[in-house]
Amino acid sequence: MNNRSAIHLIVPAFLGVLIFTFFPLIQIAIPTFQAKGNVFAEYVRFLQNSYNLQVIARTFMISVITVIIVLVLGLPVSLWIARQKVGVKQVLSLLILFPMLTNAVVRNFAWIIILGKDGILNKLFMALHISNQPVSILYTNISIVIGSVYLFLPIMITSLIGSISELNIEVEEAAAVLGATPLTSFFKVLIPQLTPGIFTGCILVFAGTMTAYTTPQILGGNRHLVMSTLIYQQAMTLGNWQSASVVAIVLILISAFSMWLMRRISHMLDRRPSLA
Amino acid sequence: MLNSKNKILTVISIIVLAILMLPLILVVITSFNTQNSISLPIEGFTFNWYANIFQQPDFIAGFESSLLVALIASGLALIIGIPAVYALTRFNVPKASWFQSFFLSPTLIPEIVIGFALYQTIVITIRIPVFIGLIIGHFLLCLPYVIRLITASMLLLDRHIEEAGWVYGCSPRKTFFLLVLPNIKTSIIAAFMMCFINSFNNMPISLFMNGPSLTMLPPAILNYLQNNYDPTVSAISVLLMVFTGLMMFLVEKAIGLKSLTK
Repeated sequence: MNNRSAIHLIVPAFLGVLIFTFFPLIQIAIPTFQAKGNVFAEYVRFLQNSYNLQVIARTFMISVITVIIVLVLGLPVSLWIARQKVGVKQVLSLLILFPMLTNAVVRNFAWIIILGKDGILNKLFMALHISNQPVSILYTNISIVIGSVYLFLPIMITSLIGSISELNIEVEEAAAVLGATPLTSFFKVLIPQLTPGIFTGCILVFAGTMTAYTTPQILGGNRHLVMSTLIYQQAMTLGNWQSASVVAIVLILISAFSMWLMRRISHMLDRRPSLA
Repeated sequence: MLNSKNKILTVISIIVLAILMLPLILVVITSFNTQNSISLPIEGFTFNWYANIFQQPDFIAGFESSLLVALIASGLALIIGIPAVYALTRFNVPKASWFQSFFLSPTLIPEIVIGFALYQTIVITIRIPVFIGLIIGHFLLCLPYVIRLITASMLLLDRHIEEAGWVYGCSPRKTFFLLVLPNIKTSIIAAFMMCFINSFNNMPISLFMNGPSLTMLPPAILNYLQNNYDPTVSAISVLLMVFTGLMMFLVEKAIGLKSLTK
């Protein structure tokens, strides 16, 4: 087969992505740059609004905190699972995969049962006399973080198990023979080898949390909007398409820039020999 | 050593795994409650909420359209994606890695933005029916899975197999269908399953494209949850978990679950 027929095979996918991803994006972007005078006027106005800035800051903070918690919880678990015997490892991987493939609505709804006013956490607090009246954890930034951690932890664990399985355990054995405690070995031997894997996982979780809709919608309520729920509210509830487009473009820029930055940092920290 | 025998790791891991499982177990328990609000502990045992699922036209219609859209979008992504990967991995296409990134680029755009932009452009401006808009949106969701999984297995597939086909007089087309496709069968099934599950579970794209006559299941459940707080949501959640379990069982039987997370 020659190159011309190779092009034929690529054309449908190429046009599909071009027409249905990039054309609509340009379509929604154009009106946001048509303000008289300054082309960025819409964006300036958007960023001058303190409520919008609050939404951006909230989205960013929730994503950062989620990534940190997911990493701290995910690392030990993935180490533990990756170094089990094959049979046990398979069963445990099933336990991780099941929530990952379960509908996000179900997984977030489960936390309403736990965090709600009548939720079991409140009942537990009152039974243990930690508090006398129901505390509202649901519909706060904290509940969004909890939901996001729950949503993305399996992805981090799966991703880390992959990188840990590729490591040569003899390196750590050598460290142990030379007198490294498990803690030293963890920070000085394991983490440096895992840096690229950790960053891959973090980028996945960060981008996922940043752009997730279901979790902030179900666990954040109407008073704790993040950028994705703001897009929906502007577009469908308020019918303000222009403003929704501005938020959409800002969201794309922030998440793309963060991902690019994390990838750069990952490359800088990666101490394994490379050709470049 | 930091392995599965380390006590601290074991304790942390068991706690984390319990936290992963507990919420889902609670959902199952609340679905049998006789009270008409979602609470624990439950007061009695009933299947009424499961019966109530089938009284909700949105759930039935939502399930049907989610199933249909997931099947069509996954199939479409395979039909369009596999040839593209084949061309990129087997022929000297100029800028092959650029095309590869281009095909994966929908993953860089937040799904909510894809849904919003498609709805505004395709459905509102060009007036393409909502159902087609849904198929397109879910196709964009699926394509990157196909590109990634099929590329991985095409790179592992020995080129000599195809050369052998040509030597024995197979046309390139016949070689593709009789030699290449059967050899990458596992990753085709894996890609299909990943597409299907993710499309079926998708919320952000389906959210915008809800016509008066067309509801998808995840938005329908969200909508119900926001208007009623009764264990019907728990019951349908349990059915969805059974559905997930069934899918995992099928994948395990067909190709082994490991192929999904590769």
